[in-house]
Amino acid sequence: MADIRNNFVGIKSPNPFWLASAPPTDKAYNVIRAFKAGWGGVVWKTLGEEGPPVVNVNGPRYGAIWGADRRLLGLNNIELITDRDLQVNLREIKQVKKDWPDRAIVVSLMVPCVEDAWKAILPVVEDTEADGIELNFGCPHGMSERGMGAAVGQVPEYIEMVVRWCKQNTRMPVITKLTPNITDVRKPARAAHAGGTDAVSLINTINSITGVDLDSFAPQPTIDGKGSHGGYCGPAVKPIAMNMVAEIARDPETHGLPISGIGGITTWRDAAEFMALGAGNVQVCTAAMTYGFKIVQEMIAGLENWMDEKGHASLSDIIGRATPNVTDWQYLNLNYVAKAHIDQDACIKCGRCHIACEDTSHQAITSMVDGARHFEVIEAECVGCNLCVNVCPVEGCITMEPLAAGAMDERTGKPVSPIYANWTTHPNNPMAKVAAE
Amino acid sequence: MATGHFIEGIAGGRLSSEQYADNFSDLHPPLDHHEALVESDRCYFCYDAPCMNACPTSIDIPLFIRQIATGNPLGSAKTIFDQNILGGMCARVCPTETLCEEVCVREVAEGKPVQIGRLQRYATDVAMSEEKQFYKRAEATGKSIAVVGAGPAGLAAAHRLARHGHEVTILEARPKAGGLNEYGIAAYKSVDDFAQAEVDYVTAIGGIDIQNGKALGRDFQLADLMRNYDAVFLGLGLGGVNALRADGEDTDGVANAVEFISELRQASDLSSLPVGRRVVVIGGGMTAIDAAVQSKLLGAEEVTVCYRRGQEHMNASGFEQDLAAANGVTIRHWLQPKRVLAENGKVSAIELEYTAMNGDKLAGTGERLTLVADQVFKAIGQSFVPAHLNGSGEQIDLEGGRIRVDAEGRTSLAKVWAGGDCIFGGDDLTVSAVAQGRDAAESIHRALTSNGRA
Repeated sequence: MADIRNNFVGIKSPNPFWLASAPPTDKAYNVIRAFKAGWGGVVWKTLGEEGPPVVNVNGPRYGAIWGADRRLLGLNNIELITDRDLQVNLREIKQVKKDWPDRAIVVSLMVPCVEDAWKAILPVVEDTEADGIELNFGCPHGMSERGMGAAVGQVPEYIEMVVRWCKQNTRMPVITKLTPNITDVRKPARAAHAGGTDAVSLINTINSITGVDLDSFAPQPTIDGKGSHGGYCGPAVKPIAMNMVAEIARDPETHGLPISGIGGITTWRDAAEFMALGAGNVQVCTAAMTYGFKIVQEMIAGLENWMDEKGHASLSDIIGRATPNVTDWQYLNLNYVAKAHIDQDACIKCGRCHIACEDTSHQAITSMVDGARHFEVIEAECVGCNLCVNVCPVEGCITMEPLAAGAMDERTGKPVSPIYANWTTHPNNPMAKVAAE
Repeated sequence: MATGHFIEGIAGGRLSSEQYADNFSDLHPPLDHHEALVESDRCYFCYDAPCMNACPTSIDIPLFIRQIATGNPLGSAKTIFDQNILGGMCARVCPTETLCEEVCVREVAEGKPVQIGRLQRYATDVAMSEEKQFYKRAEATGKSIAVVGAGPAGLAAAHRLARHGHEVTILEARPKAGGLNEYGIAAYKSVDDFAQAEVDYVTAIGGIDIQNGKALGRDFQLADLMRNYDAVFLGLGLGGVNALRADGEDTDGVANAVEFISELRQASDLSSLPVGRRVVVIGGGMTAIDAAVQSKLLGAEEVTVCYRRGQEHMNASGFEQDLAAANGVTIRHWLQPKRVLAENGKVSAIELEYTAMNGDKLAGTGERLTLVADQVFKAIGQSFVPAHLNGSGEQIDLEGGRIRVDAEGRTSLAKVWAGGDCIFGGDDLTVSAVAQGRDAAESIHRALTSNGRA
């Protein structure tokens, strides 16, 4: 049986599935339910400084987009950090940690960007015996207007400064949560690293408007006729998050820096993908908010099953395994040739591959052969783009089949070269590195 | 509990009023808004969609379903009505399981097609409940056209002609318009007087004058129409019922299934409609099934359909056969009627002979079977009655006993077009009649105008 116990920067949990700092982790009631359901850990919803708590809107806080059958694909949120009293939160954290010692409890923090504010909050959190802190440099709405959250996360110098303050003022491990609302996620990651962070976690939510009410002409969610951008999360953001995780994992400056992966994780497979790209564990929110805490049971069983099937004994066998395979476009092998292949037995003849290719790509799929409805790849036209695979409603019906070295590529009329050759040496590249003469 | 169930002979009041209401409620209840959204999500929006090609009226099915999915049911209805102005009735009565839904790629993939018929009903119901009219009549052309028969073919032709600005007079022999939609469809397929609601919806475009009680050959002649109108469309349907060719066919208790179905549709009180305790229906098509199932639903204890060939030869679709079986109707094959037996002048049994294929010919085997019956329905097909048509004036060419037309619906007479069940080569489907009426109207329009312009 695969061992899925997790040790993330010294924080131990029975599995790598944590609940992210968000509404599901705002109070003891929810967190206890989560632990009962089997979650390995939680990042307690962000605490602010002592004093009157923040207030939330009293209208809709969430917007969404849906796929077929109204399956929730993306959620947007304008809720702020916890609106409960700091002392209440601290008391609850302490009690829950005492009652659930084997689970990870990390406390998310966001206070003004002055050292004294951080110096004030760190000891009181330490007193709860929580396992660590996560610095919320990502919250994209509301708090950022007050110089916190993403307003810090978008300025690498501020990140480095605050991380350093924290590292100097607490024994607790520091996880720095990054905002995706920047152009190059490596910059804030490097800054956090320079400040001495123990880990980064990402992504926080993405600035978004999920819809517009076409009667009132107001963005959604709509508060008394107005709307504000919120933080976007859920399955729709997973590809963006995974790229950012991979960018940090493969950046020479931050390589090896522990990463807690966040962004649209819904199933064990999503979690495994994040971890393969370099995440040491994962944090989940939207999936729990959509389906309830029980989903973790599928994640645990699914991850164990996959690891058993593949012979991976522990999480260290999978973490970062895909990182070396993430590269720049310029290093992709241009001599690799694949052609689409349609399994005629699996084909249900919907014709979507044909019309996608015909209208928008390379005219490489038939619709009619000998007067009969028939969809078949014309290899002489197929550039191997994979669009047909992506639009086919039947999984596994269309596959991309690589041509073996030496096989004839009917499109170019040339045999497939066995030699790896990329753009950096391609004759069409004016910047090509010419081999030394 | 009504004891009427076990009354011998042909009798009404076999069931309680609740049972009648329940038995004759909507066969396929309408999809509600949520169900329609869930179902429309299943459509793959296929390229050159097989469903669309299977539809005799070529409705752009993927488009209308996508319009439902995107919250535009009115646009969806217009997509349907553009091709088929009787899309509401077709949604109810089309044998979708042998047309669009049979070829749906999800039928191929999962054995569970998108419920195209019910989605079509959803969209058309929205438009009709809002009394939304999509078409404005073109400027008046001054041309007038006579349409004989207010069935699906005639109504479709009339609507298209009215759209083009022509004046249409529909002459209909029966007291109500609708043709088989009104008189020939099982009651549970068209509840709430839908056929008349649809006639009202179609004629709301204006320029269509329906004159009921006007029968060809009795009240007017084809020659009159050819003289008085710029063009004539014949949508006569089938007036004759094929004979059993069995002894005792005239015995009290032997009836035409089409008349039974028609009476049932017109009955205001189903308990007043008598039905036998033991009913035998002779035939293997939709009419046989409709008569058999409705006999059962009216409270007949035992209903048997006897068909002279095998199950695979039945014209009734698999769905219809299953419907009959689910309602307790027994379907027996390879049996042909030989003799109706009577007691006291009333049907008491029917004697049948087993059949078999002798080479490629069907022949009796000599073995006989007698089924006790107090009512026998004939449902072995209908035939076109040309007598009324050719009663005066020029003769119209027939083929296979029906009117011969070309691809545009033109008959052998210059000013006369025809469509629906009365023409040769059709498939006796409502939806095909609509297509033929519509296409004939376009042909008439082209003929009456120069390059399609009045």
